[in-house]
Amino acid sequence: MSSREDILGRVRTGVKRDSVNVLAARAAVSEALTVRGHGPKPTVGTKPGAMLACFRDRSDIHATTVDVVEREGEVPAAVARYLGELGLHKSVVAWPELLYLDWASVGLIVEGRGAQASDLVGITGCFCAIAETGTFMLCSSAGTPASVSLLPETHIAILRETDIVPYMEDAWALVRSGPGRLPRSVNFVSGPSRTGDIEQTIVIGAHGPYRVHVVIISSESARESDNRTSAVSGSAAANEKPVI
Amino acid sequence: MEIKSMYFKANASLKLADPVLQGNLKAVRGKFVEKRIEALKELDDVEATRDAATAIRRRVTDNLDVWLEHFEQNAVAAGATVLWAKDGAEVCRLVIEIARRHGVSKVVKSKSMLSEEAGLNKALEAAGIQPVETDLGEYILQIDGNEAPSHIIAPAVHKSLNQVADLFHKIHGTPRKTDISALTREARDVLRSHFLTAQMGRTGANFLVAETGSVALVTNEGNGRMVTTLPPVHVVVSGIEKVIPTLEDLATLMRLLPRSATGQSISNYLSVLTGVRMPDEQDGPDHLYVVLVDSGRADLVGSDFHEMLNCIRCGACMNHCPVYQTIGGHAYGWVYPGPMGSVLTPLYRGLDQALDLPQASTLCNQCGVVCPVRIPLPDLLRKLREKQTEQGLRSVSERFGLRLWSWLAQKPQLYSLAARFAARYLAWLAGGEDRIRVLPVFSEWSLGRDLPAPEGRTFREIHARRKKQALKDVATALRKEGR
Repeated sequence: MSSREDILGRVRTGVKRDSVNVLAARAAVSEALTVRGHGPKPTVGTKPGAMLACFRDRSDIHATTVDVVEREGEVPAAVARYLGELGLHKSVVAWPELLYLDWASVGLIVEGRGAQASDLVGITGCFCAIAETGTFMLCSSAGTPASVSLLPETHIAILRETDIVPYMEDAWALVRSGPGRLPRSVNFVSGPSRTGDIEQTIVIGAHGPYRVHVVIISSESARESDNRTSAVSGSAAANEKPVI
Repeated sequence: MEIKSMYFKANASLKLADPVLQGNLKAVRGKFVEKRIEALKELDDVEATRDAATAIRRRVTDNLDVWLEHFEQNAVAAGATVLWAKDGAEVCRLVIEIARRHGVSKVVKSKSMLSEEAGLNKALEAAGIQPVETDLGEYILQIDGNEAPSHIIAPAVHKSLNQVADLFHKIHGTPRKTDISALTREARDVLRSHFLTAQMGRTGANFLVAETGSVALVTNEGNGRMVTTLPPVHVVVSGIEKVIPTLEDLATLMRLLPRSATGQSISNYLSVLTGVRMPDEQDGPDHLYVVLVDSGRADLVGSDFHEMLNCIRCGACMNHCPVYQTIGGHAYGWVYPGPMGSVLTPLYRGLDQALDLPQASTLCNQCGVVCPVRIPLPDLLRKLREKQTEQGLRSVSERFGLRLWSWLAQKPQLYSLAARFAARYLAWLAGGEDRIRVLPVFSEWSLGRDLPAPEGRTFREIHARRKKQALKDVATALRKEGR
């Protein structure tokens, strides 16, 4: 007997499986997958600006720094300003789908590709962000490689305010209504990497980035540019945001 | 991992007498406890969230066979290879086979307690494949002669900053430093080169999502992301009980897991990994293997210990256990310490292999109160004690003592007489003091604590006397009235 059959056989004995109750079990499984029940959620304001405020509060706790700009065209300048203030390198790696922004005008040399060991700054967009926890949701694809938010010491994320949703449940609903199938990797990122493994003292900067900075495009400007397709937000902005 | 739980008593005594360990344990005591309380305050309804989380785990374990088939089907459809292993030996065999198939000489590993169970690092080394631990705590232990973890979340919690400083100086050959950030940076630099050169990444799974066939990983350091993004092969080693139904269920459980574990509202990273990289993608593994492991789990289904399958490995029970906090994790002698370990070790490795673990608890129920998935740990420990006695695994004197007690307790007159004798004897033993410092026969028990001395009479005696007095008073009062 294969290990699979042996293990499943003993599990079946444990649950007293027979030819009748297996139908009920399958029905219970299908129901759970159709209903997709939600657990209780902490309150997150949904009034205009409330989710942004919540996201910013949570970002502070994670040590994510936040900058807000009025329109998408201001993003390269905001990024250049941040790098300049910290004296960081002007040569950066970014998601290929962000190359349409005018990086050259602010003196940044941007390469659109997956990150390598030598890259010091990585720029990504966000599929969406979660207000409850101050978290970005990054989905991997050819245009949005996962390594860009991981290998460089500094990770800069570009986020539209309209892509902030209250809860993780809403983020999953966006995936279902947008791309449909899950990408290979979905990474929820909440601040720079950290560890508490030595004497439970929290140290920022473990294996992932030391710094996480987010440039948020406020919702007024996002509404203006709704008419044209933009890659900053993956596909979230282009879709309705249904809440199951 | 080799089991040493049968030496619990001796090891616990050694740990109690180890001044360095006691200092280290004292330094971190209560840290996770306070953070957890603060983080739970952010939830509007903690108890309802615990109920929801418990229901999710129960939904799966009650029909585990069907959920496993469902997970397998969706994982395979997404491009993963699903393998099954009955025990640790089979896990080692399968992972070595995969490594050989892909010409792997180095494996970078993110945390997986099940790999510790299986002794996978040792097996890989024996097969000529280099395993590299990448979680900072696990890395510290690996370079310190493959020391065992002492906590499931904070594996090196028993070590002090000075000990880590000495170790890095010795192993890395760098100047000794006591700045935690600098030590972390040093480990980052050493491990970065391993991430970039390993051909295989190995992880556990915090959850397996049935509806999508995904593996969910909760990490803070980013090592979990590294080992699942850079090497061409990713192997997941997970217990069969880790399945959850939906992504929405993951959201619910994530409100409790980081809060219960480290007191974080959310971990730095949550990665949900589904299948292999697309042909046009620049990173991610080309091969994903998910090894579903039994190692004693299947036999818990439908047993007296079914609820233990709920466990999401947060470590809150050990953080709150007075026994764990006093002796640390190593004394427990196997992979899982603290209350959850005292239940799991005898169940996975045999009652006779861990005779003292079900006893290594005061049954104070701190663990049961904090468990996010409501596992009644003290009840399970008590059941294990019963099973030990039923199977004749306790010592002759203990069994005789218990039998004597049960015989006596069923004879009220005799019991009362014995209690009277005992109370007077203990009062005499105290010799006028209010406490007894050394108790004959139970001298080991009274080594670390005093027994309050009885005043000389039993409760029943005092009660009887007062009742008699009260009757007398009533009679006197009545007589007065009659007069």
